[in-house]
Amino acid sequence: MNFSKIISPKMAQKIMNVVFIISGAIIILILIFIIGYILFNGIPVINLEFLFSSPIDSGRSGGIFPMIVSSLYVTLVAGLIATPLGVGAATYIAEYSQENKLVDLIRFGAETLASIPSIVFGLFGMAFFVVFLHLGWSILSGGLVLAIMSLPTIFQVSEVAISSIPNSYKEGSYGLGASKWQTIYRVVLPAAIPGIATGVILGLTRAISEAAAVMYSVGASIQTPISIFDPGRPLPLHLYMLATEGISLKNAYGTATILVLIVLIITLVSNYIINRYQNKMMGK
Amino acid sequence: MVDKKISEFLIEKSLFLTAIFSIAIILVIIIFILEEGFPAVLKIGFFNFVFGLNWIPSENEFGLFPMIIGSIYVTILALVMAVPLSLLSSIFMTEIAPENLRKILKPAIETLSGIPSVVYGFFGLTILVSFMREVFGGTGFSLFTAALILAVMILPTIISVSQDALRSVPKEYKEASLGLGATNWQTIKNILVPAALPGIVTAILLGMGRAIGETLAVMMVAGNVAKIPNSIFEPVRTITSNIALEMGYATNVHYQALFASGIILFLIIILLLIIARYIQNKYKIDIGST
Repeated sequence: MNFSKIISPKMAQKIMNVVFIISGAIIILILIFIIGYILFNGIPVINLEFLFSSPIDSGRSGGIFPMIVSSLYVTLVAGLIATPLGVGAATYIAEYSQENKLVDLIRFGAETLASIPSIVFGLFGMAFFVVFLHLGWSILSGGLVLAIMSLPTIFQVSEVAISSIPNSYKEGSYGLGASKWQTIYRVVLPAAIPGIATGVILGLTRAISEAAAVMYSVGASIQTPISIFDPGRPLPLHLYMLATEGISLKNAYGTATILVLIVLIITLVSNYIINRYQNKMMGK
Repeated sequence: MVDKKISEFLIEKSLFLTAIFSIAIILVIIIFILEEGFPAVLKIGFFNFVFGLNWIPSENEFGLFPMIIGSIYVTILALVMAVPLSLLSSIFMTEIAPENLRKILKPAIETLSGIPSVVYGFFGLTILVSFMREVFGGTGFSLFTAALILAVMILPTIISVSQDALRSVPKEYKEASLGLGATNWQTIKNILVPAALPGIVTAILLGMGRAIGETLAVMMVAGNVAKIPNSIFEPVRTITSNIALEMGYATNVHYQALFASGIILFLIIILLLIIARYIQNKYKIDIGST
């Protein structure tokens, strides 16, 4: 059937405008529905005791303090490892290398790393860090897996940020007699900080949300981890266990809410800080 | 002066090492998964492993076929739901929506992509499953429920990548079309979307990769029965869920067979990436020469 014969172009335009608006509205509604549902059920559960006490009876009651600590701990380990590697790689590709096969391969490597299913990272983490390197079920093993997972994001976003620094900045620095590394360290990287920070935050948001990849490397202990060799149970894993083992729906809503709030707050606060820094750099 | 040269040299080399780290780590991942998984393929036999219909670890039967089909079904159904909505909303955001609406939609999509997959799974488990049970009968844990959750999860990926593709279409194309008297919709349909098509296909492939790789969200709502489903309202088990469900207690051949399913997953993802790269390079928009 040929619609263009029945419907005039103007009419088609009007119809499509409505269709487009509906599609945008559906996206917003999905978001509001999911976030609203989780927060509506979870907020009443949250109080200081929930945040700062340990679970009782494997999570049937009590709080989620050890899980909050585990989550922050694995994410911190991941960030400390992945940030220098990712930013270093991005600096090399953007400033030192020519476009060649190797650079192409490195980019493809990062893309592949970004697309590997999280459960495959889980398998690898268990076989490599837990068993082969004898790191056991620990914050360190989990943090290392998450570092590998967040590395490509940090690398990709930082590379764009570093390559978009105008040449005039560098020329100014070279003109003053600075060496290549001095220029990068004092001029290029500071100017690229907002972009680099975005990359790190995006990468670490992925790390703090992840459960499948750390399921078999971080353990499932409900004790608060102290050393990096202690096992832990990050929030996503706790939520998964509470929900699927039918332990406590109420505490599951609370845990989901904390998880969503952490991710939302990180995103909002970092956007705000990055914007301010950017405006400052631009002299506004 | 010499010191400075040496330190510059050392810095460059160490940066180089960080750059090849991601390739090195991929090689290590491949080696470890192959080493753990390949013996299973040899013991079970490639054909029996990939096309075997029964997965019964207690009887040493490891046929992955129902899970492969499960992953494919769930992914296709999720794409069927997500692709039209993503394309419409990415066109809406790049071409039609006024600035203030864009300012709402952009963070909305970023937030959707930031929601942890377990939270999606939890949402599916507590609300969608019972809804499906009421409406369509059965247990509510089904291929359809899993695909619905996945569709929402891959929306942000498809939307953001297709937006990039739409934005990279040269303005001249659009202006020429509008200048000839075409309506906005005609321009979108006849000029913009065809020009951005390679990028849109890449977006869909990336969404597909994400759908195949997703584990917990699917596992929480799919019912996980290791059998090829006869309808979309029957439970289904994907390759990823199969690994996550059984890894905790698997030993010997069973353990190796799970790593071997990891190899299959890995191969599917690499294949998708290579196709995406090929399309991107082959159909790059090249203004001026055509």
